[in-house]
Amino acid sequence: MDNILQPWPWYISGPLIAFIMFILIYFGKTFGMSSNLRTFCAIGGAGKKIEFFNINLRDQRWNLLVVLGAIIGGYIAHFYLSVPTNIDLNPDTVKELSELGFENAGKSLLPSELYNLEALLSLKGLSILIIGGFLVGFGTRYAGGCTSGHAITGLSSLQLPSLIAVIGFFIGGLIMIHLIFPLIF
Amino acid sequence: MKYLKYLLVGIIFGIVLVKSEAISWYRIYEMFKFESFHMYGIIGSAVITGIILLLLTKKLKFKNINGDVMLVPKKERGLIKYIVGGSIFGLGWALSGACPGPMYILVGTGAFSILIVILAATFGTFVYGILKDKLPH
Repeated sequence: MDNILQPWPWYISGPLIAFIMFILIYFGKTFGMSSNLRTFCAIGGAGKKIEFFNINLRDQRWNLLVVLGAIIGGYIAHFYLSVPTNIDLNPDTVKELSELGFENAGKSLLPSELYNLEALLSLKGLSILIIGGFLVGFGTRYAGGCTSGHAITGLSSLQLPSLIAVIGFFIGGLIMIHLIFPLIF
Repeated sequence: MKYLKYLLVGIIFGIVLVKSEAISWYRIYEMFKFESFHMYGIIGSAVITGIILLLLTKKLKFKNINGDVMLVPKKERGLIKYIVGGSIFGLGWALSGACPGPMYILVGTGAFSILIVILAATFGTFVYGILKDKLPH
């Protein structure tokens, strides 16, 4: 039981993620979490005016259930299958983050400096979350997929477009962390 | 009943991503700093396992639940949309520390401020839908 309560090593988690991808293909579907964002737009009525959102909602129902399950799974894992454990970050990372103004790195899933109520009520904090989310939603649809669709499914099926997309993910991520973070934090 | 299996897949997905710590903002930061093998281990071992599973599927001609040949849809050919779209995604991933899967899972962990990120991501997808025909792909 203690093995379950402790964080799982990468060599357990990674193959399990591959099995999740595989079982969805077995069910005749494709692992793709960002497609749900398009479905949310369609549910909101965006399909009436914009062809891109004119999709059959019934075909997306299965994926919305995966989302609902993911929320439930997050709840179960966080509240029932975890002991309070700090994330075992590289000490250098913790030190750098502290210099950037992020205290207590690894003591929670998300940094309170960006995600607590105080941050949400500040212009800078709120802008960061909105801009970050916007870029994810815009970029993922532009690239035709996110980590699940390209990095896991696309690379596993040896597709060149997905490799290009993943290289893109890293170009963006590296620019943000190495060039933009020092300017905003 | 038909849909129950998807709910279960989602629950397992949520549990695995929490237990792997892949839903943590800090792990994403650390990954882009190349200061830990953890995230590379997760993605790398997932991809290697996935490649083996899909090669076996092809070789042994596994059938899916409907009795058809199991296959992964081919991605469209292209360069600009993948490199530009991917880079925009990467900027947001590093800033918010969450890609779409973890966003939903974080709601379950009680991190409700992630709902703002989800709303903004939905809006981002909406804006892409408006601009789609004007963007280079």
